Amino acid sequence: MTTASSADNPTRRDFLYVATGAVAAVGGAATVVPLVSQMNPDASTVAAGAPIEVDLTPIAEGQDIKVFWRGKPIYISHRTKKQIEEARKVPVSSLPDPQSDEQRVKPGHDQWLVVVGICTHLGCIPIANEGAYDGFFCPCHGSVYDTSGRIRQGPAPTNLAVPPYTFVSDTKIQIG
Amino acid sequence: MSGPSDFQPTNPALKWIERRLPIMGLMHSSFVAYPTPRNLNYWWTFGAILSFMLGVQILTGVILAMHYTPHADMAFKSVELIVRDVNYGWLLRNIHASGASMFFFAVYIHMFRGLYYGSYKEPREVLWILGVIIYLLMMATGFMGYVLPWGQMSFWGATVITNLFSAVPYFGESIVTLLWGGYAVGNPTLNRFFSLHYLLPFVIAGVVVLHIWALHVAGQNNPAGVEPKTEKDTVPFTPYATMKDMFGVSCFLLFFAWFIFYMPNYLGDPENYIPANPAVTPAHIVPEWYYLPFYAILRSIPNKLAGVVAMFGAIIILAFLPWLDSAKTRSSKYRPLAKQFFWMFVVVCIGLGYLGAQPPEGIYVIVGRILTFLYFAYFLILLPLLARIEKPRPVPNSIADDVLAKTGGKPAPMVSTVIALMVAGGLLLGGAESARAAEGSAKPPAQKWSFSGPFGKFDRGAMQRGLKVYKEVCASCHGLSFVAFRNLAETGGPGYSVAQAQAFASEYKVKDGPNDQGEMFERPGRPADYFPSPFPNEQAARAANGGAFPPDLSLITKARSYSRGFPMFLIDFFTQYQEQGPDYVTALLEGYEDKPPAGFNLPEGSYYNTYFPGHAIKMPKPLNDGQVTYDDGSPATVAQYAKDVTHFLMWAAEPHMEARKQLGLQVFVFLILLTVLLYFTKKKVWANAH
Repeated sequence: MTTASSADNPTRRDFLYVATGAVAAVGGAATVVPLVSQMNPDASTVAAGAPIEVDLTPIAEGQDIKVFWRGKPIYISHRTKKQIEEARKVPVSSLPDPQSDEQRVKPGHDQWLVVVGICTHLGCIPIANEGAYDGFFCPCHGSVYDTSGRIRQGPAPTNLAVPPYTFVSDTKIQIG
Repeated sequence: MSGPSDFQPTNPALKWIERRLPIMGLMHSSFVAYPTPRNLNYWWTFGAILSFMLGVQILTGVILAMHYTPHADMAFKSVELIVRDVNYGWLLRNIHASGASMFFFAVYIHMFRGLYYGSYKEPREVLWILGVIIYLLMMATGFMGYVLPWGQMSFWGATVITNLFSAVPYFGESIVTLLWGGYAVGNPTLNRFFSLHYLLPFVIAGVVVLHIWALHVAGQNNPAGVEPKTEKDTVPFTPYATMKDMFGVSCFLLFFAWFIFYMPNYLGDPENYIPANPAVTPAHIVPEWYYLPFYAILRSIPNKLAGVVAMFGAIIILAFLPWLDSAKTRSSKYRPLAKQFFWMFVVVCIGLGYLGAQPPEGIYVIVGRILTFLYFAYFLILLPLLARIEKPRPVPNSIADDVLAKTGGKPAPMVSTVIALMVAGGLLLGGAESARAAEGSAKPPAQKWSFSGPFGKFDRGAMQRGLKVYKEVCASCHGLSFVAFRNLAETGGPGYSVAQAQAFASEYKVKDGPNDQGEMFERPGRPADYFPSPFPNEQAARAANGGAFPPDLSLITKARSYSRGFPMFLIDFFTQYQEQGPDYVTALLEGYEDKPPAGFNLPEGSYYNTYFPGHAIKMPKPLNDGQVTYDDGSPATVAQYAKDVTHFLMWAAEPHMEARKQLGLQVFVFLILLTVLLYFTKKKVWANAH
């Protein structure tokens, strides 16, 4: 917007325009913050994501249970000796997402597998104790996981995630 | 929007689109090249302000709907949780709720401007009628939006307003049932109101497009009321009107921000912080301030049907204005009589607004009838008559002449206009506010609060002591169900650590379940739990308290108010004093007297309290000296307890107050800077035009 009448003092005028535009732009950008931020989990949702405790005593060998933490299903499997052996004898390098079984369980608690029961392909829920590897099978798109929750077949790119958890006692874990 | 566009894009991609959908050309001819009368004053920026406000309301409304639950059992709580838990939820809710008031404030100025300058006259009749339709849609939208928080005023406002339709002969009752979707206002009513409240703004936006279209066909009116004749009479919309409008919007934002950040509840009714209760009607059912004039007209007519007809007629009559006023001169600037009567009409409208907020008794009814008559007389008698008898002054030959006559005179009194607007706004709004309290009780003395004023903060010590008083005394009867234990560790709260909040929570037993056996059980509280209520429901509370229902205290300081009267509300507006609720609560706790004054008949089972409305309260004196031990050496007196617990309850009612005031200060610094810059930019741009 340079017109003849302003040619006498173009710098000052341009400075004013740029300053006004810049301040308005900063204001506009700052306004976006609350408008976008409100979409994030609210305080009650965050608080509801607090750690949960699970008692392991009722889970018999070969059984598994599903609990919910932060809205996600968590599988807790009490693995049999056979299942542990199967998981351990596979050469790690042959896996699509190489991870040893030891890395996926807590030391001294080899029989307990705790994984987020969400297929890493597109978020479906795999079925426990099914599929060719005696682990998990996702019926949606055919991903097959082994007894350590590692991907063995199908389109899923990574192993089932292990949620943060600790053993509070031998028979109790805290997830989160 | 009139005539073919002269927009010539140079970019090939733009050219390709423009040939197939000439939208850029439309925008260019509507908002860039569009010729604007060069003598428009700042009353004309309210059109832009209104477009801006519609955008703000739709944007914040869409966002609030993402968090709101339209169910009779959950609506109130969901609104409270928006304010407490959603990130910036308090800000979005304040913008939306105060925004409704701002929207109406702006539309009234816009309408009065049209009235004064004859903007409804030939060839702008359709433009005007579209405006009346927008106004009606706004009223419907605003009303239904007010119902959604499902507070006491929402519920009873909905009942009263829908009952208006019962005045229709023969079909009235069936129409009302149809509107409710039930035998009383209830969940179906709330559901449909939510649906329609979401829909109507888009209808408004549609009619606004028509309104602007009609405006761009007929061209804008202007203060001189003469049509542009030559090029010299107009300036292109951009940058001239654009800059001026942006400056106007920026000034308006300063006014708006005052409410958002410093007095968010000033325009609302405290009663609406009490959850809807179909069993109890508030003492006064008052609509929001922007409906008060029509409410006054409704109540002035001592006949149900006639009252309703008069109320709707008062709005519909505006649509006939182009034919009621047949004067040839458009602008009241050149109509000495019309000008005076216009201002009298403004006073009549404000007077009706004031009366609408007063109880319908005694002198108010009589004055109400007179003003109602004057309101209609202005349209039906005065305007037709004036057109015949008034001799207008000569109008300028052209807009250019009008501008030339002005140059050299006094500069545009923008500052005084803004101040006048603020005072007028404060007066109007304050006048409405002052009417909403329970009368007939002594006014509680104003207290000193650490949290009052723009820089106020909560006193952590007082809050911690107050929490102790609440826990040891109040909690045996009153709940605090919107406050979670985790809130105690949040910023702006009593200043406890997360571990302290957790320890505090674990002292409580919380009912949970069902467990694997399908049974309910009790467990220690966790930070995510809410303060448990002493009674499982209202019936149990009443049974244990001799029929009285101890209210939940989460919102008590916001749910209580009293009339501060003139001129205190003016002072409140400028000092941002919003502490009526806390003043009331602390005064109530201290207001117990052993013996009622002579002649006062205290009902059985009640106690005398100076500050309680009606003075007879069912709650026995809750606080006595020495009842709660403080470790920090504060005096263990009733006065100290009352003050501390109120301080804590103020935080419980608005946990984000500190964040609000802090952000408000930043916003004000920014807005003042922006407004100053826009002012000089606008001046530079207009320097070419004058």
